[in-house]
Amino acid sequence: MATVYQKPHALTGKPFHYCPGCTHGIIHRLVAEVLDELGIEGTTVGVASVGCTYNSYEYFNCDMVQAAHGRAPAVATGIRRSLPDRQVFTYQGDGDLAAIGTAEIVHAATRGEKITTIFVNNAIYGMTSGQMAPTTLVGQVTTTTPFGRKPELHGYPVRVCEMISTLEGAVYVERVAVNNVANVRKAKAAIKRAFKVQMAGLGFSIVEVLSICPTNWGMNPQKSLEWLEQNMMEHYPLGNFKGKDLEV
Amino acid sequence: MQEIILAGFGGQGILSMGKFIAMSGLEENKNVSWLPSYGPEMRGGTANCNVIVAEEEVGSPIINKATAIIVMNQPSLEKFEDYLLPGGIAIIDSSLVPVMPKRADVSVYAIPATEMAYEMGNATFAGVILLGKLIEVTGVVSRESFEKALYKILPPKRHGMIPDEMKALEAGAKY
Amino acid sequence: MGERLLMKGNEVIAEAALRAGCRHYFGYPITPQTEVAHYMAKKMEQLGGTFVQAESEVAAINMVYGAASCGVRAMTSSSSPGISLKQEGISYSAGAELPMVIIDIVRCGPGLGGILPAQCDYFQMVKGGGHGDYSLPVLAPCSVQEMYELVVEAFNIADRYRNPVVIMGDGYLGQMMEAVTFRDEEPIYKADKSEWATTGSELKRDHHTVTSIYIEADVLEAHNNKLQRKYAEIKKNETRVEEFNCEGADVIVTAYGTVARIVKNVIKDAEKEGIKVGLIRPITLWPFPSESFEKYAGKCNDFLCVEMSAGQMIEDVKLAVNGRSAVHFYGRTGGNVPSQPEILEQIRRIMAEK
Repeated sequence: MATVYQKPHALTGKPFHYCPGCTHGIIHRLVAEVLDELGIEGTTVGVASVGCTYNSYEYFNCDMVQAAHGRAPAVATGIRRSLPDRQVFTYQGDGDLAAIGTAEIVHAATRGEKITTIFVNNAIYGMTSGQMAPTTLVGQVTTTTPFGRKPELHGYPVRVCEMISTLEGAVYVERVAVNNVANVRKAKAAIKRAFKVQMAGLGFSIVEVLSICPTNWGMNPQKSLEWLEQNMMEHYPLGNFKGKDLEV
Repeated sequence: MQEIILAGFGGQGILSMGKFIAMSGLEENKNVSWLPSYGPEMRGGTANCNVIVAEEEVGSPIINKATAIIVMNQPSLEKFEDYLLPGGIAIIDSSLVPVMPKRADVSVYAIPATEMAYEMGNATFAGVILLGKLIEVTGVVSRESFEKALYKILPPKRHGMIPDEMKALEAGAKY
Repeated sequence: MGERLLMKGNEVIAEAALRAGCRHYFGYPITPQTEVAHYMAKKMEQLGGTFVQAESEVAAINMVYGAASCGVRAMTSSSSPGISLKQEGISYSAGAELPMVIIDIVRCGPGLGGILPAQCDYFQMVKGGGHGDYSLPVLAPCSVQEMYELVVEAFNIADRYRNPVVIMGDGYLGQMMEAVTFRDEEPIYKADKSEWATTGSELKRDHHTVTSIYIEADVLEAHNNKLQRKYAEIKKNETRVEEFNCEGADVIVTAYGTVARIVKNVIKDAEKEGIKVGLIRPITLWPFPSESFEKYAGKCNDFLCVEMSAGQMIEDVKLAVNGRSAVHFYGRTGGNVPSQPEILEQIRRIMAEK
């Protein structure tokens, strides 16, 4: 019997602890498939961050370093500078990357660190139970914006790809989503391309993945996907912001 | 043991002067320490350094009682005059310091170093002129060691100036 | 042995690190330790090492965390306010058991304070600073030569115990120049890091993880117990102290760093007045050389702790003396340094009260 689908080697096989409907599992799998297909699991060091994926080191089969909240790009810098022939990726959420770790991601990008960042944007803090994230949309209800995000009180949601793409050191910047099969395929292609950019030594690469958080959004997974399509995609348009034509 | 305080305005080369003496001491295989005052300004303000040259181990690098002071402005004289041991030596750039020490128990050498340096065609020689007198009256280091120290400290592009620096040292010693 | 060179303390720190095999330096400018970065920036480029001027102290320590995870000798340096920012990363590094060297050239605080020398961060470095039950060896040199030797030693201790190690000096030690003689070859402890370093598995072994998170209570407690056993081992093996003139002393003064050198002058001054003064100079502030104090407690009736602080090390001195002798204190703050006459006056006062 032909095997048509199996666990990527770059995943350990430990069952994910994520909530039902959470898309972290899909994104983990995409990263692992890319590591397998590029044959780089054994030469890659991943950096886990703080948030729901704090223990992603238990799921990825490559060497992993767990970083303090927001510091993954700095930790990755230290790793990459020590292991110039290896691949390094960070896996970060929106609170980690776009709030407490804004300085680290901006400067890793501007230095053109040869690392790849997987940035999962679900517009909310998941692990700490649904607080406002820097990417929470205007009007969105969270446990710290109980009457909706109001710009006059809470400011505006941050568009990370648009910001990062202004930096010369960032050479590949793309926003994808994992809301349907076609987009999942595009997401994987983008992640693969980001790693290839790193392997070619071209500079910093980042893939922002629009994701859902049914638990903290208070919706079932299907409704969550619809909400992502109707609301998030409007504020966070999908597409490539930089490096589309790089030859890798 | 010679404990020397050098003081003046930032930019007069005070810290370098101290370094020349410390390096000269090192050339003679003596124990030395060089401790700068350090402040938030890169230029301007006051600058001073403590230099100790000793046969024995240097204890505190902070000078409590000085065997000699070199001062290149009035506030420095006022501040450091009291640090001198009785019988200590005060070497003063009289081009820049109008009022001489009040103390009668110290030896004062007033040298118009800045004016002499201008006459020699290089204002930066003022410090070396004063160091010439220091070396002459204290014997803290020899002129030969001083010359060797200059070659070690100054970048090669400035080595061409060293014969003139030594002439300035000589002029200070003889004044 | 090589020739005697005249070098600044901060430059010697950098040179010593290079000689110890450190090729990864991450830092952020702050007075009075910036010369470390200047020296590293130049040398690392020449040697093909890594120098990164980080965007913040926070990033710098985390870069060291990343580099140390890969098993290389890595270092950062800063001064008091910068060290405050690094505390998060220091706690994580202690938790993840990462060998690294952290230089703290202390300036006066609190807050932005000033840039003049101080010893007001003893509590911060010796008692913690970051969160959690952890300890760091803290080495306190008192001369440029000792700075060199202890930096090399710091890398060895870090590797031997998989633990961050701190070099703590006051601003004067960083800024002053003295003669230094470098060894032809450094005594380098070669640790086998292949069991844990995250260098890429090559698919030839299980994947390695460097982490400080243990969600289960019992697992974290077991980890903490392991750390405590390691700290006990460090206490046993790595305590360093200089005792001078203590036997039969009328007063034993204790001080570290630059202050200890001032005390050495005071000892000579006091001798002229017929007072025998001893000195206990802790070289490791953690582990604290308590035994040296225990030895003389009860025999010498008066201890005098002198610090460039409002009184921090004195707590450890009192714990060690344990009520068996009087412990006096003299300190200056704000960048002022206790002077020779001031310390002598304290000793005279103690003698007068006897």
